[in-house]
Amino acid sequence: MIIQYLLSRYEKTGLAFLIVMAALAIFVPLSNLFIPPSSAFHVPTHVMSLMGKYLCFAILAISLDLVWGYCGILSLGHGAFFALGGYAMGMYLMRQIGTRGVYAHPVLPDFMVFLNWKELPWFWYGFDLFPFAIVMALFAPGLLAFVFGWLAFRSRVTGVYLSIITQALTYALMLAFFRNDMGFGGNNGLTDFKDILGFSVQAQGTRATLFFLTALTLIGTYMLCRWMTITSFGKVLVAVRDAESRTRFLGYRVEHYKLVAFTVSAALAGLAGALYVPQVGIINPSEFAPANSIEAVVWVATGGRGTLVGAAVGAVVVNFAKTWFTTGALAPYWLFVLGGIFIFVTLAMPSGIVGTLQQWAGRRRAGKADEAKPPVAQAAE
Amino acid sequence: MSFARVLCALLFSALACLSMPDAVRAADLPSALTRLAADDFTETAQAIEEIADSGAPHAEAILTALSNARLFIEPATKKVFWRTPAGVVHDALSGEPVAAAPAGMDVVRINNRLRRVLANAIGALTLMAPEPQRRRAAAEALFRSRDESALPLLEDALKAEKLPAVARAFREARASIMLAAAETPKAQRIESISVLRERADMGAIASLRSINAKADEQAKALAAEAVADIEQRLKLIGYVQNVWYGLSLGSVLLLAAIGLAITFGVMGVINMAHGEMVMLGAYTTFIVQEFLRSTAPQWFDYSLAIALPLAFLVTGLVGVAIERGVIRFLYGRPLETLLATWGISLILQQAVRTAFGPTNREVGSPSYMSGAFDLLGVSITWGRLWIIVFTLVVFVALLLALKYTPMGLHMRAVTQNRRMAASMGIRTPWVDAMTFGLGSGLAGIAGVALSQIDNVSPNLGQTYIIDSFMVVVFGGVGNLWGTLVSAFALGVANKFLEPMAGAVLAKIFILVLLILFIQKRPRGLFALKGRAVEA
Amino acid sequence: MTNEKVTSALLYLDGVSVSFDGYKAIRNLSLFIEPGEMRAIIGPNGAGKTTMMDIVTGKTRPDEGDVLFDRGQHDLTKLDETAITELGIGRKFQKPTVFESHTVADNVLLALKGPRGPFASLFGWRNKVEREKIDSILTTTGLIDHRDRLAGEISHGQKQWLEIGMLLAQDPAILLVDEPVAGMTDAETEQTAALLRDINQSHTVIVVEHDMTFVRALNCKVTCLHEGSVLAEGSIDKVASDERVIEVYLGR
Repeated sequence: MIIQYLLSRYEKTGLAFLIVMAALAIFVPLSNLFIPPSSAFHVPTHVMSLMGKYLCFAILAISLDLVWGYCGILSLGHGAFFALGGYAMGMYLMRQIGTRGVYAHPVLPDFMVFLNWKELPWFWYGFDLFPFAIVMALFAPGLLAFVFGWLAFRSRVTGVYLSIITQALTYALMLAFFRNDMGFGGNNGLTDFKDILGFSVQAQGTRATLFFLTALTLIGTYMLCRWMTITSFGKVLVAVRDAESRTRFLGYRVEHYKLVAFTVSAALAGLAGALYVPQVGIINPSEFAPANSIEAVVWVATGGRGTLVGAAVGAVVVNFAKTWFTTGALAPYWLFVLGGIFIFVTLAMPSGIVGTLQQWAGRRRAGKADEAKPPVAQAAE
Repeated sequence: MSFARVLCALLFSALACLSMPDAVRAADLPSALTRLAADDFTETAQAIEEIADSGAPHAEAILTALSNARLFIEPATKKVFWRTPAGVVHDALSGEPVAAAPAGMDVVRINNRLRRVLANAIGALTLMAPEPQRRRAAAEALFRSRDESALPLLEDALKAEKLPAVARAFREARASIMLAAAETPKAQRIESISVLRERADMGAIASLRSINAKADEQAKALAAEAVADIEQRLKLIGYVQNVWYGLSLGSVLLLAAIGLAITFGVMGVINMAHGEMVMLGAYTTFIVQEFLRSTAPQWFDYSLAIALPLAFLVTGLVGVAIERGVIRFLYGRPLETLLATWGISLILQQAVRTAFGPTNREVGSPSYMSGAFDLLGVSITWGRLWIIVFTLVVFVALLLALKYTPMGLHMRAVTQNRRMAASMGIRTPWVDAMTFGLGSGLAGIAGVALSQIDNVSPNLGQTYIIDSFMVVVFGGVGNLWGTLVSAFALGVANKFLEPMAGAVLAKIFILVLLILFIQKRPRGLFALKGRAVEA
Repeated sequence: MTNEKVTSALLYLDGVSVSFDGYKAIRNLSLFIEPGEMRAIIGPNGAGKTTMMDIVTGKTRPDEGDVLFDRGQHDLTKLDETAITELGIGRKFQKPTVFESHTVADNVLLALKGPRGPFASLFGWRNKVEREKIDSILTTTGLIDHRDRLAGEISHGQKQWLEIGMLLAQDPAILLVDEPVAGMTDAETEQTAALLRDINQSHTVIVVEHDMTFVRALNCKVTCLHEGSVLAEGSIDKVASDERVIEVYLGR
């Protein structure tokens, strides 16, 4: 009964996505740990880590799709929320190094000793506790998004203006985090991690567990966003995207809806960053680079915005292509390809991979009856 | 500048010819040299005075060599030689270079007491040097050393001095010495204070602070007052300097943003590849200079003049291609335009990186762009001045072009009411392409100017894109004057924040302020009002 | 004007002026709407009809003048669109604006009276579809057969009705209806007039319209605006025979 109800909430694409993700979450770690490397079914650790990274990007992409695809807020600063979450986790991991650092200081991370600091800055307090770090990974980006959104949405900054100031936001944060005085390791960021919850971050078992948790988080993120978008809340979001001022005249506090969506989205992006850092072993200010944020936007566009699944698919597809290109002889041409994707998707495939497939399937089902219109109406008033 | 310098030099060499008494006193030189050969400190001291008094044209060279241990005696003949830093050996008596240096020469030794005597003698000699710059430098050295023993020489030099600027330096040096000396009469001390007050720089403050403890209370109070006064003036000059730096930064911002004011402000097209247009302009300059270097180096000074129209053309054409190829399919979809043009910017960056390599390219400055001059204590570099002038010229030209050319009229018509313009026979797609080409061409021109002050690398555009958007948005979209005011306001604000917070914090601070400002006035400083805006 | 008018009028505009870049769209406009009244507003293009509605609904702030609602209890110039809608002022736009990527039924659902906050819509009653209410509104507006079609796919006239249906779902105290019959056939126009008269049984209605047949069919008090202020006011026959109205608007 309950299962049936739950299933009824997901359309075919979403259901397929959930099944694939659940299969990956179980199969990949088990295969990595228990199937011998000689077997064709063994997933090597570096491949698993790479996949884990993609899944973190997929979470980021879904969070971005919630605000862009459903609410029309094109955030060019989601990388900042991702990076903030990453820093929160990085700070926890730094505190876990303890006396194993180069300077073997019991409390201060190496870079603080190097900078001749005598005591821990106040904002590093509590990060030796894992639950606190996780809460901060959600709270810090969420709070930033809340304050920023509250100011921006209240004064009705919309469209490209909003995009530009979100870009300025992440740019300003990047400059700030590059400074040594900020107390986040400056240029080098946070790295040389040792343990997470007492397990070595390098150990195969830890990595398998991290992958499992990431896949699980992705499933949870999808279900949360799916739930948000099929309720009336989601209907209002789409209404805001398509005709913001009309929604106001129906009596909705548009800014409140945007604020909720933006804050939730930022917190999810932060969670993605927190999962990302232990898997790649470093977080530095270049994660704040405006180019990263806008790249995340193109994942969503490639996969198909306003579909959630598409965002995740786009993140994996584009990042897979990136890995494939940048590790081979074609590395210098990756930016051509990425640039090409930007142009191709916007000009020729505005519904993205999943959106186009859905249209195609829908058209086949409907027979030759009528030429379907693109489902995503433009956000023009 | 240089003309004045030549004039001074000519004037002075004429004076020097008239007043040179070297024939009379050079007679003392041989006896001085024999004293040196004795290699006895007392004798050497005597010799130094005699050489200084000899008036021989190379007296200073001998003394400088002595103080640097480059003066030698040939033990056999007792002849004295000196060696220049370049290694040429001269005969001390005649001053002529000798063909082959004699072997086995001894260095003439000096001690600390002699060093002081030497320094004074050299100082005094340079006070009489034929070149005005060196006389001035000698005066400056005395100004700082406040060496009382040099006072008589200084008085002599002052009496002989004809150039007002050098005479002033002498008077300032004298004032500095007198103030620090113990036995100066009160009236002279007070006069010295007023001379130093006139000079009004950090050096004057140092001199005023080192007033002798034995000076009477009134003089001390006056000196303190003068210090306060100078500090006040320096602060003011500091402000002026900041304003100048700010204007300079503002002109750079304006240059980078002015094309965007057309494409974004007037057309409403978000061109994220705008920075790359600037970059292409800078690379055009690079290519022009490379070409000139290999074919016609004498034309190098005209390289910028040649690059300007070329850069406008190149980037303008690229702009038209982008508009026709991509942007025109995306009108009315600003967010998609943003993404597509970002893609274009990535491709352009990578194309340039592939063609020219990822490293900085050397773009030279023509002679009129280098150097600096002083205006009321503010140091102004020619390059920056020319960029400000150039920016304003571009701005005014653009305003006039928009206002008075048929193209400008069409442009304004299309942006105000596209359908009406179309129905009046204006070919709107063509106007769109031309407008976008104009905006891009302006970016190219900006690139030529920015190649003079920034690194020319494939990433050049990235550094300007966010700033440019901020300038346009802050100024109010669709308002060129707003862009002008906003660029200079942001530039000056940035430079005033820098000394307080440091360059990076200042930039962050400005960004945060802008973000807050946009919340307050989403349509910029000089926003258009009314129903049309809502659409 | 008099205090009496303030306390009796549902909507009270007095001495309202607004200008855009020097152009005076509304000058010294005064208008009083009684509770339960139906009022038609006519006038040439640029007379300020839509701007008047913008001012009442908070889209445009007047430069001067009073805009009071519900017997002078609320100063509308101090409130934003959402707050004004919450007070019970509903509006249908000149150009029909429905949410094109939602179904017809969802459009009505979004408009249904009830709590409007984000948390109410995430967790609250709004998710339990009030099917009957929506269906009854769709039946009234003749859209029941199209309930599951996307609003972007229905015809122009149907969009007009959908908007009226959404207004009904909002159940406001006063409805501002801007050109409801533009682009409709005669039969549709007739139906719309009947629908509005029906709505007027329980709501106050202001209609802006050019179509004089339609205005006659409404059979209500008429105000003619010209250059941002009231030119004539009264019954349709009185206004239609006014020399100045004929001069500037109706033509001879």
